Amino acid sequence: MAIVPNPHKTTGVLGWIDDRFPLTKLWKDHLTEYYAPKNFNFWYYFGSLALLVLVNQLLTGIFLTMHYKPDAAQAWDSVEYIMRDVPWGNVIRYLHSTGASAFFIVVFLHMYRGLLYGSYRKPRELIWVFGMLIFFVLMAEAFCGYVLPWGQMSYWGAQVIISLFGAIPKIGPDIVVWVQGDYIPSDATLNRLFSFHVIMLPFILVGLVVAHLIALHEVGSNNPDGVEIKKHKDPVTKIPLDGIGFHPYYTVKDLVGIGVFLMIFLGVVLFAPDGGGYFIEKPNFIPANPLVTPEHITPAWYFGTFYAILRAIPDKLMGVIGMFGAVLILFALPWLDRSPVKSIRYKGPIFKIALALFTVAFVVLCYLGLQPPSPMGTLLSRIGTFIYFAFFILMPWYSAIDKTKPEPERVTG
Amino acid sequence: MSNEGVDAGRRRFLTLTTVAVGGVGTAAAAWPFLASLRPSERAKALGAPITVDISKVEIGQRLTVAWRGKPVWIIRRTPEMLASLPKVDANLRDPNSNESEQPAYAKNEVRALKPEWLVMVGSCTHLGCSPTFRPDHPAPDVDSNWQGGFYCPCHGSKFDLSGRVYSGVPAPTNLVVPPYKYINDTTLTIGEDHQGAA
Amino acid sequence: MKRLFIALAGLTLSASAFANSGHPLPFAFTPDTANLPSVQRGARDYMAYCSGCHSMKHLRYSRIAQDLGIPEDLVKKNLMFTTDKIGDHIISSMPVVQAQQWFGQAPPDLTVETRARGADWVYSYLNSFYVDESRPVGVNNLVLPGASMPHVLWELQGWQVKSEAKAEASHGEAHGTGLELAQPGKLSPEEYKKFTADLTNFMVYAAEPGRAQRVALGPKVILYLLVLTWLFYALKKEFWKDIH
Repeated sequence: MAIVPNPHKTTGVLGWIDDRFPLTKLWKDHLTEYYAPKNFNFWYYFGSLALLVLVNQLLTGIFLTMHYKPDAAQAWDSVEYIMRDVPWGNVIRYLHSTGASAFFIVVFLHMYRGLLYGSYRKPRELIWVFGMLIFFVLMAEAFCGYVLPWGQMSYWGAQVIISLFGAIPKIGPDIVVWVQGDYIPSDATLNRLFSFHVIMLPFILVGLVVAHLIALHEVGSNNPDGVEIKKHKDPVTKIPLDGIGFHPYYTVKDLVGIGVFLMIFLGVVLFAPDGGGYFIEKPNFIPANPLVTPEHITPAWYFGTFYAILRAIPDKLMGVIGMFGAVLILFALPWLDRSPVKSIRYKGPIFKIALALFTVAFVVLCYLGLQPPSPMGTLLSRIGTFIYFAFFILMPWYSAIDKTKPEPERVTG
Repeated sequence: MSNEGVDAGRRRFLTLTTVAVGGVGTAAAAWPFLASLRPSERAKALGAPITVDISKVEIGQRLTVAWRGKPVWIIRRTPEMLASLPKVDANLRDPNSNESEQPAYAKNEVRALKPEWLVMVGSCTHLGCSPTFRPDHPAPDVDSNWQGGFYCPCHGSKFDLSGRVYSGVPAPTNLVVPPYKYINDTTLTIGEDHQGAA
Repeated sequence: MKRLFIALAGLTLSASAFANSGHPLPFAFTPDTANLPSVQRGARDYMAYCSGCHSMKHLRYSRIAQDLGIPEDLVKKNLMFTTDKIGDHIISSMPVVQAQQWFGQAPPDLTVETRARGADWVYSYLNSFYVDESRPVGVNNLVLPGASMPHVLWELQGWQVKSEAKAEASHGEAHGTGLELAQPGKLSPEEYKKFTADLTNFMVYAAEPGRAQRVALGPKVILYLLVLTWLFYALKKEFWKDIH
C-alpha cells in the first residue's frame, strides 16, 4: 500500500520518517516557523533558562538516585557517601542542590516578566494557569527534595510543613498522621516523599511544561509592548510582520543567555555551593534528631515570602489559608487585571505604584521569612502581607480606573 | 527582514566553530556523570587486598575466599594432579597462557608461584559463572581425556587443573590468576603482589 | 514613591539588626586548607588528641593519605590507632554507652562539624575553655556554655580563668574572650593559637575533602564559558544582522 507523500517533500531517511512521523512538521511548527516577536528583551531569557535548569535537575537527579538511600537510618550517611566516595559525587550533588535554588530564581524572574508585560492576559490565560501549576508542583518537588538528606533542617522542615495540614478543622490531626504514615516524620515519611520527588512530581512537572509550551505555541508569544503581532501579517506569506523565526534567531540569542547563566550558576556551584548558608543550610549538616529542634529553623529561601505570610497571621487555620491563598490568588491574575493595555509600558501610574509596592513587599517578606520571629518582623510581615493581597484583590478596581497610554499598532523595537 | 549583506561564509564558520567548541564542552560535562558510575571509594575499600591463612588446607583440598566479591580458589594440588597437567596439553586452546590474564610469575604450566598452590579467580572467562571443581577422573561425561579440572555448568566450558581452557568450548581464555604474594609459608595476600596493589 | 522605598529600606535594615542577636564569637577565623603542612599537622593532632573520643565516620584514612600527600605506610604508622585497614573510616575507640555515663552524652561525630557550626565557632571553642568549678568536669566554655567536654588540651594551653578586668576592657567589642591565662601550659599562647588553627584547618578539610578539586575546576570552567559565550554572542550578532 502506498503512503501519501508528506507535504514537506523531504527525501531519504528524513523523508522516510516524515511519511510516518511529523518530524519536519514539529521542527517547523515549534522552531523555524514559530514566529516570535522581534522585540524580546532581557526578561525573555528566563523561559529557556528554566528549561535548561529542569534538564539539569532531571539529569543530576537520575545520577544521585543511583547512590542515595531513602531510608531514615541510611539517608544522611548516603549523602555524605555521595559527597566523598562517589567519583564527582560532590559536584553532581551541588549541581542539584544549587540547581533547586537556580530554578526558583529563574522561575520567579520568568513570572515577574509575565506580570510586567501582561503575558497572562487574554488569549494567554491558560499559559499562565499551566505556568502556575508548574510553580505549585515545583514547590512541592523542592520541599520533598529538601527532606531527603535527613538532616536537622530536612526533618524539622518536614515536621512544620506537614503540620500545616493539621490546621484543617476536625480531621487535621488524622491527616497529618496519614500523610506521615507515622506519629512523627519518620522512615515511612522519607520513603514516600522520595517516591514523590523522583517519580510522581517529575512526571507531572514535565507534562505541565509540555502543556505550557503547547499553549504558548498555539497563541504565540507576548512581547514587551503587549501588542499582538498576528494583527499585521504579510499579505503573501502570512508571516507576522514583526515576527521572526524562533530558530535560528531566538535559539542563538538564548544561547547567549545560557552562556552567561552557566557562568554564574557554575561559579556558585564550584566556588560557593552552599550559597552562604541559603542554598544548603548549616543545621542540615547535623543528622535528623526528633528530640531536639535547631535554635533557628527557617524554610528554604524560596519559600520565605509565603512563610512570612504564614507567620504574620496570628491564627493557625487563617495562617495556613493565607499562605496557600498567596499562591492560589496568582492563578486568578488573568481575570483580575481589567486594564485596556497589557504592558507596563502603557499602563498608568496607579498600576506602576501598585506593582512597585508588591515587588518590595514580596522581597521584604522573603527576607523576613528567613529571620527569627521578632515584634518588628511581625509588624513588617503584616504590612507586607496586606500589600501582597491588596495588590491582587484591588486590581479589578485600580486597573480599570488607571489612566493608560495608547498602545502602538506595531512593536516598538 | 532581509538577506542583503549576509556573509554566508562567516556565518557558516561561526556556526561550525560554536558547534565544535560547544560539543567539546558537552563531552567534558558528560565526563563527571560517566565517571560517577565507576567503583566508589567504598567499593575500593571493600575490594582491598585480603590476607588468607592457608595452614589448614590439606593436600588435594580447595579453599574458597572472596576478593572484590568474586570467589578466589586456593587449591593445594597433589603431585598426581601436577603430573596430569602435560597430559592434556593437546586438548588446550592456550597451553602456554599467552593470551590469558595472569601476573608474569604465573605465566607457566602450573600457573602459580609455588606449583603446589594454585590461586585463581573462580569465574569463567566466558560469561562469569563459577565453574565446578571436578578433580575426579576419568569422567567421560565431561571429556574423553579428562584428567581432573573445572567444568562450567552454565555453558560447558572446561579447564584443566591449572585453569587452562580446553579448545572447542565457549570460554576464550584461561581462568584469571589474581596478583598475590606469600607473606610467609602459610599466609597469602591476594590482590597485591610485590609490584603493588591490583 | 522614592520616599516610600527609603522608608521600607530603613525598616528592612532595622529588622536585620534585630535578627543578629546571637552571641558574637570571641575569635574570627579564616580557614586555609591550601596550607598543606598546617592541615597535615592538624590531622596528626586530631588523631592524637581528639580521635580517642570523636569519630569522623565519613572520612577514610586512605583519603587523608591521598589528599594530604602522606604515604600510606606513614598514615598507618602515625595516624591509625583503631584499625589496620587503610580504607577504613576514622572511628573512635570509645564505647558509646560508657561515654554517655561519663559525659552525659556521647561525644559527637566531627566529620562535618565545621559545616554545621562554622570554622570560627570551632576555633573559638578550642580557645574558650575556662576554669569553672561549678561544672562536673571543672571547665566551661564561652561559646558552648555548659559543655560536657573536659579541656583535653589543658596541658598545651594551660588554664584560663574569667577575668573581670579583661571583661570590662573588651566590653562591647566582638573580639576578645575576657579570659586570662592563670597557669601557662607547654605551649605559649601564640603556639596554642597556631595549634588550634591547624586543628581547625584539618577539620575544615575533613568536612569536604572534595573541595580543593571542585574549586580548582572553577577557573577552567569559567574560562571555557567565557570563550563559548563570546562565540554565542558573535553568532547572535551575525544572525541578527537580518533583522531591522
